[in-house]
Amino acid sequence: MAAPVSLQVEFGGGAELLFDGVKKHQVTLPSQPEPWDIRNLLKWIKTNLLKERPELFMQGESVRPGILVLINDADWELMGELDYKLQDQDNVLFISTLHGG
Amino acid sequence: MCEANRGCGECAAGLGVGLGAPRRRPAAVCRQPRPCVKCGDSAAAVVIRIGDGFCRACFREYFVHKFRAMLGKNRVIFPGEKVLLALSGGPASSAMLRQVQEGLSRETAKRLRFVPGLVHIDEGAVCGQSPAQREQNLAQMEALLQETGFPYYLASLEQALELPGSVLRRGPGAAGEPCPSYKEAVEGFIQQQRQEVADGDGDTSSAGLSTQHGPGGHPAAPRLPPAALTAELLRLFEAAETLTAKEELLQMLRGHLILHTARTRGYPKVMTGESCTRVAVKLLTNLALGRGAFLAVDTGFVDSRHGDVTLVRPMREYMAKEIAFYNHFFGVPTVITPPLSTKRREKTSIHRLMESFLLGLQADFPSTISTVYRTGEKLSAAPAEASSELQRCLLCLCALDIDGEEELALEPTLVTEETGDGADSRAAFIPLLCYSCRLTFKEMGPPATLPSYVRTEARHRSCRARMKEQIQEFLLEDDEEEPGTS
Repeated sequence: MAAPVSLQVEFGGGAELLFDGVKKHQVTLPSQPEPWDIRNLLKWIKTNLLKERPELFMQGESVRPGILVLINDADWELMGELDYKLQDQDNVLFISTLHGG
Repeated sequence: MCEANRGCGECAAGLGVGLGAPRRRPAAVCRQPRPCVKCGDSAAAVVIRIGDGFCRACFREYFVHKFRAMLGKNRVIFPGEKVLLALSGGPASSAMLRQVQEGLSRETAKRLRFVPGLVHIDEGAVCGQSPAQREQNLAQMEALLQETGFPYYLASLEQALELPGSVLRRGPGAAGEPCPSYKEAVEGFIQQQRQEVADGDGDTSSAGLSTQHGPGGHPAAPRLPPAALTAELLRLFEAAETLTAKEELLQMLRGHLILHTARTRGYPKVMTGESCTRVAVKLLTNLALGRGAFLAVDTGFVDSRHGDVTLVRPMREYMAKEIAFYNHFFGVPTVITPPLSTKRREKTSIHRLMESFLLGLQADFPSTISTVYRTGEKLSAAPAEASSELQRCLLCLCALDIDGEEELALEPTLVTEETGDGADSRAAFIPLLCYSCRLTFKEMGPPATLPSYVRTEARHRSCRARMKEQIQEFLLEDDEEEPGTS
């Protein structure tokens, strides 16, 4: 049983356009049997935060190529990418390096 | 590799670094990032290339060093020269501005030695922004530019419609005068500085570099252009049938406007912030657009097609990822404006398609973009043979690459519709354009929607071509000699 996890999810580089222009979101993930990882977080974002055009943010179960993910200000490649287990008060930042959308 | 002294034993970090395996394997889950590969001390914060984790300090050093090495290696910017920085507000050009600021503020020996000016072009009209949003963006950009203390110029894309025809003509290049070699120029500059320090009251600020130029732009001029001009610009863009043509048109107008600003304000060099990712995408896109002959000019470090103004691309070795991380870590302010085709489907234009193709490939094979870039680096621009204006493309100013026109399969498809209306029919433009500009032109609206400077210059050139044809028989060829002269 994973306890509810509260995170700060931020968007930059143009990605915020898909989220009503709001850059910072304070979210609390509900408790669920499996621990929260980035993979589940993305699914959660897709259902709850993404206002339009999910294909511009996600591709399959990961983010669209060209969107960078920083976990606590470090490259997610150093932290295990999709398998990183989220902890309370983590900060996840998505920066788009694409040409828009 | 995670060293044992970090106490993080479960980190396998099997990334195949150095084994030449191109395919990226996902890193093992790790709570503490492994140490920086350069200094080994701090925790790595960003992964450069394939698997090299750098800490913030080492990353910053790497980033700054790359910029200076780029300028130093190519030796195109002479000391004391005026350089115009073209800023879109996006991440790459903002990072470029920050690098220039940092470079100019170092101790004398290592300081960058040119005099920057800034230009920003507001393209909000064609990107679908409301006047209120445009005003807001302009205000933000202006605050950003003002803070740097460099002279800046704000322009809007609508002003491109009022450009003079000379924009389409190659300026007198510096080829005629003997250019001092780079080394001599630097030595001369340093001597001059020493002289000034000795003569002056010992203050170390070099003339011009640190004096605060006031905003050389428009003091309290009306911010947004008149609505009629905006409407005309929108009509021009609406008339373009495909998104690809719109993108090409936008780049063309933007380029002309920047060139005009540089020419009128006396800047012999312009720096644009195209990142490695962008250069690689542009390389492949331009191939698809039929600009294979001009790849070196379009994506190289130096672009001297305009003669008197040289375009320089110092950011072309930075991946978009490195730029994004740098901006985030070191607080570089950016003003994001939505581009031409935001939120649309992927395959609407060749540019978008190529971008998603390359980035998708890059996700699995992280050396894709640098490979494309390095292949492009091997291309070198051919020396400028076409000097007379009749031999350069009207729109892109590259050499006309069409010799045997009859052989082109393109020919029948272009001369279809309108009856020859004289100077303003489509057929009149065709001989003045290079292959790819012909393709773009075919997808643009009727020539009447084109900006007047394009039409005027086209008419002028057609006229000269006709005249030349008429007097052709009276002209002496280079290899002929008049009898009686020695």
